[in-house]
Amino acid sequence: MAGRHVLAIDQGTNSTRCIVFDQAARFVSVAQVEHRQFHPRPGWVEHDPMEIWANVARVVPQALHRAGLSLDDVVALGIANQRETVVAWDRRTGRPLDRAIVWQDVRTADRVDQLAADGFADVARRRCGLPLASYFAGPRMAWLLDAHPGARRAADRGELLLGTMESWLIWNLTGGPAGGRHVTDVTNASRTMLMDLRTLAWDDELLDAVGVPRAALPEIRPTMEVYGTATAVAPGVPIAAALGDQQAALFGQTCFAPGEAKCTFGTGAFLLLTTGTEPATSTHGLITTPAYQVDGEPPVYALEGSIAVAGSLVQWFRDSLGLIRSAPEIETLARTVEDNGGCYIVPAFAGLFAPHWRSDARGVVVGLTGYITKGHLARAVLEATAWQTREVVDAMLADSGLELSELKVDGGMTADHLLMQTVADVLGVPVARPMVAETVSLGAAYAAGLSSGLWPHREVLRRHWHRAGEWLPTASEQWREEGYADWRHAVQRSLGWVREGRSR
Amino acid sequence: MPGPVQSIERAAAVLELLSAASELGVTELAESLGLAKSTTHGILRTLCDVGLVDQDRRTGRYRVGRGLTELGAASVDVHQLRSLAANWLDALAVHTGEAVRLAVALDGRLVVVHHVFRPDDSRQVLEVDSTRPPHACALGKVLLANGAQLATDLSPFTRRTVVDPAALRAELATVRHRGYAVEVEERVPGEAGVARPVRGRGGRVIAAAGVTGAPERLLDRSGLPHAKLLRQLEDAVQAVTRELAAA
Ligand SMILES: Nc1ncnc2c1ncn2[C@@H]1O[C@H](COP(=O)(O)OP(=O)(O)OP(=O)(O)O)[C@@H](O)[C@H]1O
Ligand SMILES: [Mg+2]
Repeated sequence: MAGRHVLAIDQGTNSTRCIVFDQAARFVSVAQVEHRQFHPRPGWVEHDPMEIWANVARVVPQALHRAGLSLDDVVALGIANQRETVVAWDRRTGRPLDRAIVWQDVRTADRVDQLAADGFADVARRRCGLPLASYFAGPRMAWLLDAHPGARRAADRGELLLGTMESWLIWNLTGGPAGGRHVTDVTNASRTMLMDLRTLAWDDELLDAVGVPRAALPEIRPTMEVYGTATAVAPGVPIAAALGDQQAALFGQTCFAPGEAKCTFGTGAFLLLTTGTEPATSTHGLITTPAYQVDGEPPVYALEGSIAVAGSLVQWFRDSLGLIRSAPEIETLARTVEDNGGCYIVPAFAGLFAPHWRSDARGVVVGLTGYITKGHLARAVLEATAWQTREVVDAMLADSGLELSELKVDGGMTADHLLMQTVADVLGVPVARPMVAETVSLGAAYAAGLSSGLWPHREVLRRHWHRAGEWLPTASEQWREEGYADWRHAVQRSLGWVREGRSR
Repeated sequence: MPGPVQSIERAAAVLELLSAASELGVTELAESLGLAKSTTHGILRTLCDVGLVDQDRRTGRYRVGRGLTELGAASVDVHQLRSLAANWLDALAVHTGEAVRLAVALDGRLVVVHHVFRPDDSRQVLEVDSTRPPHACALGKVLLANGAQLATDLSPFTRRTVVDPAALRAELATVRHRGYAVEVEERVPGEAGVARPVRGRGGRVIAAAGVTGAPERLLDRSGLPHAKLLRQLEDAVQAVTRELAAA
């Protein structure tokens, strides 16, 4: 089975996967390992960077072995990663300063409030395309430097390095303490609140305001370029692309041109719409973000509607409530009833992201009566993802002036037929799933294959996109609008729960 | 209706006692149940034979057997099955260029629990949750051949539907023997299908996975599936079986 293959590493929130694709962009093999989630305090979420690096070192050879391939059959490696998760490490020893602070972590809320009090919201929106929220990486970097004595000085001197997950992995892959390259790509850098969206460079005013020294930051590079050759894990293989997982999914769905959009349903859910070579501004609560950048070309931008909690609500239902044994059983349980029985769950576990951006919101279950069973709750769990999707789709349509004729979806939750049918019903448009549901990995593979010359141009990749399934809306307009009104009513109930002077 | 069967009631009581303790001897069991030692011994021997109870070779004492734990674990949630199978069935559709379905026996009916479109972007309708006549499709023959409880009325759908019980029995024996089932225009004219069993933990058949397409694409001139197709199907069901084992 030799030939020209691409390795994609998808370093996600819950697991790290390596997927091998062949030259026809076909899924050949996969290896996947989960890593531990640390919750040292309410609202804090951490990962062990060494564990994740060790997992990368495990899944790459495993995926190759399962495919019956060797490194000689691999032309390039691409990385897609959980975004906004921050690592700090020692340049000399390669040892992390602390655990990685994960994108779901809200410990920087106070810092972000202070930035807001300092009138920083406008600057953040105009220069970074981001609303002020604890979601973004920069304040986490500052937090790490302040929490560890001597860290800030070490960072000033460039002895302590900062980065998001792809930086940590590329540095280790290219030699670590022995000359590893300290780089990031524009999609990841854009999520720090430290990069100017137009110049694609670290911005002194932003660095100053957030409190992160330039000397500790990686060099910002295009998404598609050979950053270096791996010396560890996949020795000799060019590392030819890196991008945030959601941008990777957009790329994997071949949404290259303005007006093309996808929604990925995983731990969170993320709707991205490619807008073109000028950053589009949102007036409806969306993020402006680079989608991809080819080396030597201007970047292509996207609008993004980020939903913090989607599949993770199902995980909570499984792990914290213990009402199901596996995530897919949510569908089995939800099908024991006809509807939600009037019950809604607003999963504002870490506040609400797009389009609300309310850090003072917390989760609520509303409409509880003696009639409600666990089946109704399971429905409400799935519908929470569907209604949140409706909100970001509405914002996207309002911002772009486009009409939606169909929504392209992907991610682990698309295996849930009841959920996908519900998404079609709440949107009132067809929902289509592509043949490769692992679009994050596919996007990383596409990007790496393009930058290493395996594929001549991205347009040739379009012919690999095929419809694997399609859900048509069946609900009535009346059902849709009444449900949406109920949902918005429920969202109102979640707002303002976090009050001044209360720790949670 | 006949009343309760005494020996089954006693066997259930033995299993209850064993599942509450880690190990018990025949005397202890006989005493707790108020039965003669010989009766208790007979019950234990039978339960050992069917795998619901194990006897420790060294101590001669009894404990709950593997078969009992597997009884519960073997019933895989169909939605979990779909999640675990999805990537591999997508890959099967891409590699074969044909539509793919995954089916199980549910409440006496064959139910399609997953459906991947033929990758040619033609108009197709998602058939998840729909049912099919088991005797007239390859998916159904795989399930029937492996002991699934499915209602079959042997009604004809085309001129080629197998409607004779003896002919169907003979075909199911072949399916078991070969490890795959074929349908040729038995349900829909112009359509053929090939399916293989999906095995769960312990080797029990829990589902069938198959492709459908034009007979000339799936079958060679003698009416048998192309070897490559059989291999691709085998790779896919093996991968799903691995996922099930790891889950
Ligand atoms: N059948 C299902 N129904 C509902 N939710 C599901 C189903 N299968 C998986 N999920 C949810 O989907 C998520 C996993 O999907 P996926 O693997 O795409 O997530 P991810 O975001 O890529 O993971 P990571 O965070 O590791 O990157 C989990 O949160 C899980 O609870
Ligand atoms: Mg992911």
